[in-house]
Amino acid sequence: MSKEQELLIIPKTYKNYVGGAFPRTESGRYYKLNSLDGKHLANVCLSTRKDIRNAVQVARKAQASWQNRTAYNQGQIIYRIAEILSGRRHQFEAELESLGYSKEVAQMELESAIDLIVYFAGWTDKVQQVFGAVNPVASHHFNFSRQEAVGVVGMLAPEAPALLGALAMLLPNMVAGNSSIIIASEKLALPLCTFAEVLETSDVPAGVVNILTGKKEELVGHFVSHMDVDALIADPTLSFELRKELEVGSTSNLKRLHFWATGCTVDEIHSTGKSVIENMAKSAKDPYRILDVQEVKTTWHPISE
Amino acid sequence: MPIHWEYAHAPESTDHVQYEKQYGLFIDGAFTHYDPSKSFDSLNPATRELLYQCTQADEKDVDAAVKAARKAYEEHWGSGKGSTRGKYLYRIARMLQERAREFAVLESLDGGKPIRESRDIDIPLAAAYFFYYAGWADKLAYAFPAKKVTPLGVCGQIIPWNFPLLMLAWKIAPALACGNTVVLKPAETTSLTALKFCELLQDIGLPNGVVNLITGPGQTGEYLVNHDGIDKIAFTGSTGVGKKIQQSIAGRNIKSTLELGGKGAYIIFEDASLNEAVEGIVNAIFFNQGHVCCAGSRLLVQEGVADRVIELLKQRMATLIVGDPLDKNTDVGAINSQNQLNTIQRYVDIGLEEGAECFQCEGNIPSSGFYFRPTLLTKVSQSSTVVQEEIFGPVLTVQTFRTTQEAIDKANNTPYGLANGIWTDKGSKIFHVGSQLRSGVVWSNTYNKFDPTSPFGGYKESGKGREGGVQGLAPYVHLESNVEAEI
Repeated sequence: MSKEQELLIIPKTYKNYVGGAFPRTESGRYYKLNSLDGKHLANVCLSTRKDIRNAVQVARKAQASWQNRTAYNQGQIIYRIAEILSGRRHQFEAELESLGYSKEVAQMELESAIDLIVYFAGWTDKVQQVFGAVNPVASHHFNFSRQEAVGVVGMLAPEAPALLGALAMLLPNMVAGNSSIIIASEKLALPLCTFAEVLETSDVPAGVVNILTGKKEELVGHFVSHMDVDALIADPTLSFELRKELEVGSTSNLKRLHFWATGCTVDEIHSTGKSVIENMAKSAKDPYRILDVQEVKTTWHPISE
Repeated sequence: MPIHWEYAHAPESTDHVQYEKQYGLFIDGAFTHYDPSKSFDSLNPATRELLYQCTQADEKDVDAAVKAARKAYEEHWGSGKGSTRGKYLYRIARMLQERAREFAVLESLDGGKPIRESRDIDIPLAAAYFFYYAGWADKLAYAFPAKKVTPLGVCGQIIPWNFPLLMLAWKIAPALACGNTVVLKPAETTSLTALKFCELLQDIGLPNGVVNLITGPGQTGEYLVNHDGIDKIAFTGSTGVGKKIQQSIAGRNIKSTLELGGKGAYIIFEDASLNEAVEGIVNAIFFNQGHVCCAGSRLLVQEGVADRVIELLKQRMATLIVGDPLDKNTDVGAINSQNQLNTIQRYVDIGLEEGAECFQCEGNIPSSGFYFRPTLLTKVSQSSTVVQEEIFGPVLTVQTFRTTQEAIDKANNTPYGLANGIWTDKGSKIFHVGSQLRSGVVWSNTYNKFDPTSPFGGYKESGKGREGGVQGLAPYVHLESNVEAEI
């Protein structure tokens, strides 16, 4: 056996992540991703309406039990993601480099991603204290307002940064108590697919985070018209047409729609990656995004003898 | 059977109340002339008689109002001191308190609500909202930790006819406190207290253009929503119109808050204090003739006490006095308009066609105005039209449940999520059920309570955003990061 054959790499099949499992798109469709030097990297799922419907179904099922976990437990689970990612960071850096990242920018992105996870892990048991309220009503009632999960949230990750951009959407939603369905970057899809393996080996319950790959312009319409999706998050770098489609379409069941500046173009990552990651890492640490994907519930009770 | 008391008439005097027969618009600090070519009538719903006439604002008028608001915003209001804005809002609160009786009478004349409610709830609460938000105007930095707070600009605000002055206060007070200026459109059938409010603004010396009032039907509201010069739309009304507004502002970078319809469940568990719970029902569904978006319009009662509750409720309903809104003994006043009366009747007819049984209290109701008897619909199911859709009238549907989970499932099973009520003596059950209900307000062993410090607003298709409390400031500000993320 030649040495070459012994060292033959076993390439990974990249698939969706739904309900804690790794299914292919039911459509069987795919698109090809190549490395910068033109070598074939992967066939990536071109997800369809059916994949979104399946993901929403498992996300809905998982949401209540995620929301009902203690804040302490949620915090530990999110922190655990950082632990696992930290142990595998070199794999992610190599994957980013294969997609054209410089070594330095790839390292920065991983550092920022791990930091961001730790940052949000610390918010789970502080949101109610900072943003909840006991309200001094002018009658004999005890009255308080709590932040509560909005429910099932769809997200369109920015094209770049591949991992950090998606995490900037996912993490506030996890802290909020929501379950998520996120469409990965089209051109830089691989790191988020690999991140699914991190989630799978952390203690994140199945269905709380679901990851699909595909073309945003094909999937936006299915997201907005789905009556069991409560909120949508997208990046303002999305085209005006897609943004407008989101704004008009999300009125179907009055989905909460927010544009979070979490990303940039793939070209910017290659040209000014360092400063882009730096800015993104900073602006992503915004606890007000948690409030965007929560509802305020106010409870009254009389006070009497 | 309960004792039937006879009540002598106790009408509130209207002698001290003055209003014009005809009104123009209020733009840039002054009333425009009443324009008979664009006139519309507003009736007293208790008598169907003409009360006053208003001018329907057209596209040009709306443009003038938005421009006046923009000018005031750019020149001083948006950049001025918060403490100054607060002082103006305090003045408004104080003068509303001084003129409370007058506003209460006008509100009941114009809208048909019982004077007891406008006197004890609508007007005092409206003043309280101004007083509360006055105090926020110079403390916004404390409302949004680690953020730099700036106003949005010109706010278009559209309000409904069920709580005319109170809804005006909910809209104008936080908007002004945050440094925005306002163009407000009251509902077509209830412009009077808003117009009187503009006179009050002249008296307290609010700078011109900070608040502008355009009267008219839905068309006037459309001109406002579609105007390029607004930065924000705040709307209270039906879910259907709310969705249309949301579509109209798509792609225009306009913020919005929506307070829309509701179909609140009123859940009575077996261990509840039944007498109190039945009294609570009266407040939940017959308050303001049921013209309340957060009304408890679906009674869910646990099987073991269902018969008893319905019996008690029928007895209580028999004592309700339906009649002259200006009579201090009146419990249920006039329906706001012929249109709404038709809507309520149509829904009750649909309910009967779908198999419901109808109970209405007896007794005399006035023959002249728009009145509807308090109504119970039993033998309905979760899929009945009258259980799923908002009726906005004094009509209560009755369903039963066995388990706690069934009550939660039924309560959540509509597109709405504004408010729900829970009646039980068990504290742990209140917290369990309360945490599972998908609504912005949960009233436990009480119902239909409001307060300026208490955020109000819906989940799901009942709207988005909150009004009231510190949370009620967020829809009227722009936030920028004020700290280094790395600390």
